[in-house]
Amino acid sequence: MTTTASRATAAASPRESTWRTVRRGLALSPELRTGLAGTLGLAVVSMAGRAAVPVAIQQGVDRGLRAPGGPNLDVVAAVVATTAAVLVVTTLCGYLMMRRLFTVSETALANVRVRAFRHVHNLSTLHQQAERRGSLVSRVTSDVDQITQFLQWGGVILLISLGQVVVTTVVMLVYSWQLTLVVFAAFAPAVVVIRLFQRRLAAAYGLVRQRLGAMLAAISESVVGAPVIRAYGVAGRTAARLDRTIDEQRRAQQRAIRISVTSFSTGEIAAGLALAGVVLLGVRLGVGGAIGIGELTAFLFLVTLFIQPVQIATEVLNEAQNAVAGWRRVLDVLDVVPDVADPGEQGVDLPPGPIDVRFVDVCYRYPDGPPVLVDVSVEIPAKSRVAVVGETGSGKTTFAKLLTRLMDPTAGQVLLSGVPLDRVRFASLRSRVVMVPQDGFLFDTTVAENIRFARPELTDEELEHALDELGLGDWVAGLPAGLATPVGERGEALSVGERQLVALARAYVADPDLLVLDEATSAVDPATEVRLQRTLDAVTRGRTTVTIAHRLSTAQAADEVIVVDRGRIVQRGPHEELVRDADSVYGLLYASWLEQTR
Amino acid sequence: MTVAGRTSRDVLIRGIRILGYAIRDEPWVFTVAVAGSVLYSLLIVASAYVVGAVVGTVVVPAFERGEAELGTVLLGAGALLAVSLGRVLGMVGRRIGAGYMQYRLQARYRRRVTRRYLELPLAWHHRHATGALLSHANSDVEAAWFPIAPLPFAVGTLVMLAAALVSLVVTDWVLALVGIAVFPALFTLNVVYSRRMAPRQARAQQMRAQVSAIAHESFDGALVVKTMGQEARETARFAAQAGELRDALIAVGRLRGLFDPMLETLPGLGTLAVLVVGAVRLGQGAVGITELVGVAFLFTVLAFPVRAIGWVLAELPRSVAGWDRLQTVLTASGEMPYGEVTLDADPGRPATLVFDRVSFSYPAGTQPAPATASGDPAPPTAEPAAPVPAPAPPEAVATGAPEPVGTPVLHEVSFTVPAGRTVALVGPTGSGKSTIASLAVRLVDPDAGTVTLDGVDLRSLTADSLATATALVPQVPFVFDDTIRENVTLGRPGITDDDVWAALRLAEADGFVAALPDGLDTVVGERGAALSGGQRQRLTLARALAGRPRLLVLDDATSAVDPRVEAAILAGLRGGRASHDAPVAATGDGRAPAASTPHGPAAPTSILVVAYRRATIALADEVVYVEHGRVVGRGTHHTLLETTPGYAALVTAYERAEAERQRERDAERSEVGA
Repeated sequence: MTTTASRATAAASPRESTWRTVRRGLALSPELRTGLAGTLGLAVVSMAGRAAVPVAIQQGVDRGLRAPGGPNLDVVAAVVATTAAVLVVTTLCGYLMMRRLFTVSETALANVRVRAFRHVHNLSTLHQQAERRGSLVSRVTSDVDQITQFLQWGGVILLISLGQVVVTTVVMLVYSWQLTLVVFAAFAPAVVVIRLFQRRLAAAYGLVRQRLGAMLAAISESVVGAPVIRAYGVAGRTAARLDRTIDEQRRAQQRAIRISVTSFSTGEIAAGLALAGVVLLGVRLGVGGAIGIGELTAFLFLVTLFIQPVQIATEVLNEAQNAVAGWRRVLDVLDVVPDVADPGEQGVDLPPGPIDVRFVDVCYRYPDGPPVLVDVSVEIPAKSRVAVVGETGSGKTTFAKLLTRLMDPTAGQVLLSGVPLDRVRFASLRSRVVMVPQDGFLFDTTVAENIRFARPELTDEELEHALDELGLGDWVAGLPAGLATPVGERGEALSVGERQLVALARAYVADPDLLVLDEATSAVDPATEVRLQRTLDAVTRGRTTVTIAHRLSTAQAADEVIVVDRGRIVQRGPHEELVRDADSVYGLLYASWLEQTR
Repeated sequence: MTVAGRTSRDVLIRGIRILGYAIRDEPWVFTVAVAGSVLYSLLIVASAYVVGAVVGTVVVPAFERGEAELGTVLLGAGALLAVSLGRVLGMVGRRIGAGYMQYRLQARYRRRVTRRYLELPLAWHHRHATGALLSHANSDVEAAWFPIAPLPFAVGTLVMLAAALVSLVVTDWVLALVGIAVFPALFTLNVVYSRRMAPRQARAQQMRAQVSAIAHESFDGALVVKTMGQEARETARFAAQAGELRDALIAVGRLRGLFDPMLETLPGLGTLAVLVVGAVRLGQGAVGITELVGVAFLFTVLAFPVRAIGWVLAELPRSVAGWDRLQTVLTASGEMPYGEVTLDADPGRPATLVFDRVSFSYPAGTQPAPATASGDPAPPTAEPAAPVPAPAPPEAVATGAPEPVGTPVLHEVSFTVPAGRTVALVGPTGSGKSTIASLAVRLVDPDAGTVTLDGVDLRSLTADSLATATALVPQVPFVFDDTIRENVTLGRPGITDDDVWAALRLAEADGFVAALPDGLDTVVGERGAALSGGQRQRLTLARALAGRPRLLVLDDATSAVDPRVEAAILAGLRGGRASHDAPVAATGDGRAPAASTPHGPAAPTSILVVAYRRATIALADEVVYVEHGRVVGRGTHHTLLETTPGYAALVTAYERAEAERQRERDAERSEVGA
């Protein structure tokens, strides 16, 4: 199973550095680099616009307003006109920069999303562990959303802020390296302190997410479990539990913001120190003639321009951590190697015609779990109908999964028509071998779309014909809109029995040579039951059929019954033969079943 | 653009009213936050003047004289530092206040909404999709209070703008005109930006929901997708939607790219205007250099805070939408009030349940009726005609083709479960069996007629009394993400571990629970300890038994349990417990007192069981046969077989199905043979 692999990567990832993740991400999406130099160039130019205004004030004051012989309006006009032109150009550059950035990054991330989606479908975790499905959905939804949202807001701000820090530093150095040193001296300790807070903040936000998860789980339980809560009169207890999780989440949020604000105020204090320091040293330098009034004034402006981005960038870095973590999770899931791989080009196609099945010494065990199947050897002739029976946990479902190559055996071999299953190309395998799972999952579309799922090219006429062959013509005609009737989310607009009918019709239309049925256990009313049985007979006629049977009536009707008990095949043969031994596993199962139905 | 003219003004007014509710709910935190914000804002304006003053009174004289007076310089530097520290104080107050206010409001409304969920009747729950209810408590609450985060900042900014304009007018009225031109322009640009952004962001959000819906569906149906080899087609379907989301996000980004640099540049242009106008006014002697520099600085520092007002305005439409959805829950009516009567809670005494001419209709739109088809059938590869995102917008839920009248389900249903007896409820799908089960424990109330327990109308019982006396095991087992013990006791007082084990034994669940790593302390639904369907059913059955109910209602509660195990459970409930290893012998009349069982008895209880299997029916003293919501026959199994053709047809359907199969197979064989 893939869980071990994904667990291993998940455990390794927190230690992975941000830069490594970014490098991995860039390797995966080389398109992110396209035109990066141009975009960065535009970013730097647009940054220059911010420094233009303080420079204009300095020039305007020193050379215009304080010109010898009174204010010189011409100089002021020239300075203003030049600066205005610069602002127009930098604004335009800002626009172009963002346009390029968004187009490139959103396109690249949409591709990552699609690639991850395709990859997840290859992972057996998806159908093995229903409880992990939610987290796989987040890999292609919220995790990618986190990256795009960061790029849309934080990413641009980070880029601009970094550019602004660089440009401002350069301009400050041009005016006075001594004053620049003062500014840096004031900020250096702040940066160290902020970094320390950053770590605590990351932990605090982690706690917020965890508490949010707990809260949502509690709310979900109270909604889904409403009938139970009502029937057992435990509303008070549920409310107390809800209040607790809600308040715990609030407290985690409040803690996070306290840390965030403390961190932010460190920067503000540094800014105050920098301003005071600049005045102190600036006046000294000015008295010595090393610097002019305009220059000092400009410097005071520049300090503010320097503070802002430093502050904002530290804020944004938190978001960046979240985005990087999301990116890492997406990359991690892409790194999980599917445990069942398509042999692809090297593979072979199944020979045409009916399929026979051979299991040779097949074993299966979950990693660090007990064996599920032990030395199973069995042959199923072509076109025969076989029922696999056994108690819950006997290994009969595993048998079906190995047969359809949803999993590979840990030892031994499965052969279809003499070809080892792991050598069969998926294109051939999936068109010739079809499984009807227990819940017969339906998609939220029409009856017709669900039936032609495996054969999208079929017309409505062909579908109607197929349904007539199955004897379901009258049933479809009775639906509110016939074939075009929407089935609702997960098929909920249909009854359980009707859902099974659609799932069987879907398998029939796919026309496989080997059909594997995991029999549904849920009770349907007898009228539908009769219809289901008839459909089942029509669907299985003329093809090799292996049914994981939960009802012994199915076993009774099969050509042969395979009895699985604690991972081994303990009996096989026709029903009549097996039932003769009343003390055998099958004999006991049958007696009990008779008890149920007679 | 959907947000236009009159409607957007409506949204603005309603949004501001919602902000008013927020302030009313959290007056003190709001006061602290606004005080902090005003302090911060005023000090920002003040710092402009302090910089101007420091330049004018410290720097210029010092430079001109060529010597600095240390005291004055220190005073200037100290003033700058003091202003900064004051700003820190204001900022801390503002941001912590705003955060606390937002989170407190979220928590307050989450409590209110979830409390309503617990109070509202199940009929109301049935009308609403689970996803919608979850998003009310989560994202709608968040959306409603999004504008709270920037609200104190925005209020403070308004104060600051007023202060700035006053100080401008005081300094020089001509320079003030520049400010009067620039700030409203900035403000207008912000509003236009927000207004244009809202629909684009809404679209991106919608696309996100659809991407998520496809991912959920496709991954849920992974087994079908994989075994039919349709991964490529599913990926294409997902890619198409991801592409739409990408385009929507790029549209959002382009708008940002257009407005952000403009908002950035506008104050710069204002500063340049100050320089030009200031030069003229300086020439006229109307202002000094100090004032001029101060005003220029003011423009630089004001550019950013003005955007806070834009943030609040931008969030208002989302806030109004979220608030409206919350109101659908908070103002929903139809609680089921409980009565004052308590029943004798003696668990040793089974209760008598009487249905007397009970009728029931599902209120309009309650039942998940098949939606009518949407006209033309979609082409094979096309998207579904009207895809609905996973967390369905409440509008869709509310207006989802409501039926004008209720759907009648039960008509004058009368029957009795005498104390200590077992009654089986049999009928075809949709005949109203589950509704009867719900009525028997008062999950819903009848429209007409009465349901009584020991002669007392269920509606006049207290909640506690009802819950202790009755227990329902529903069709679909619900297990809490908690320990086995908590799942069985549900925190009900007086249920010891011994009781829990006894109940588990009766439900044939003791075996698998004992095999779990932490026994009763095992947390289910987490990590590898996921239970099978049959195990869940047995666990929920144990939950019902642990309370020693006087009436037990089983709604097809053992459908996923192995037949052998089911037989053992049912026999145990009737008193004659069967062993795991041997099939259960027919229990005959089997109403032996429970006390005689080897593993500790089931408390004697009246049982109403919705039955499908013949073995279940065989255990019943009486069978009530329902069809289309009416009781068609009552009596023993054998009587009904003779008197009620519908019943006979139903219970013999298995055999008929068998016979039909056999006939077809024979025909097939003879064809082959011919």
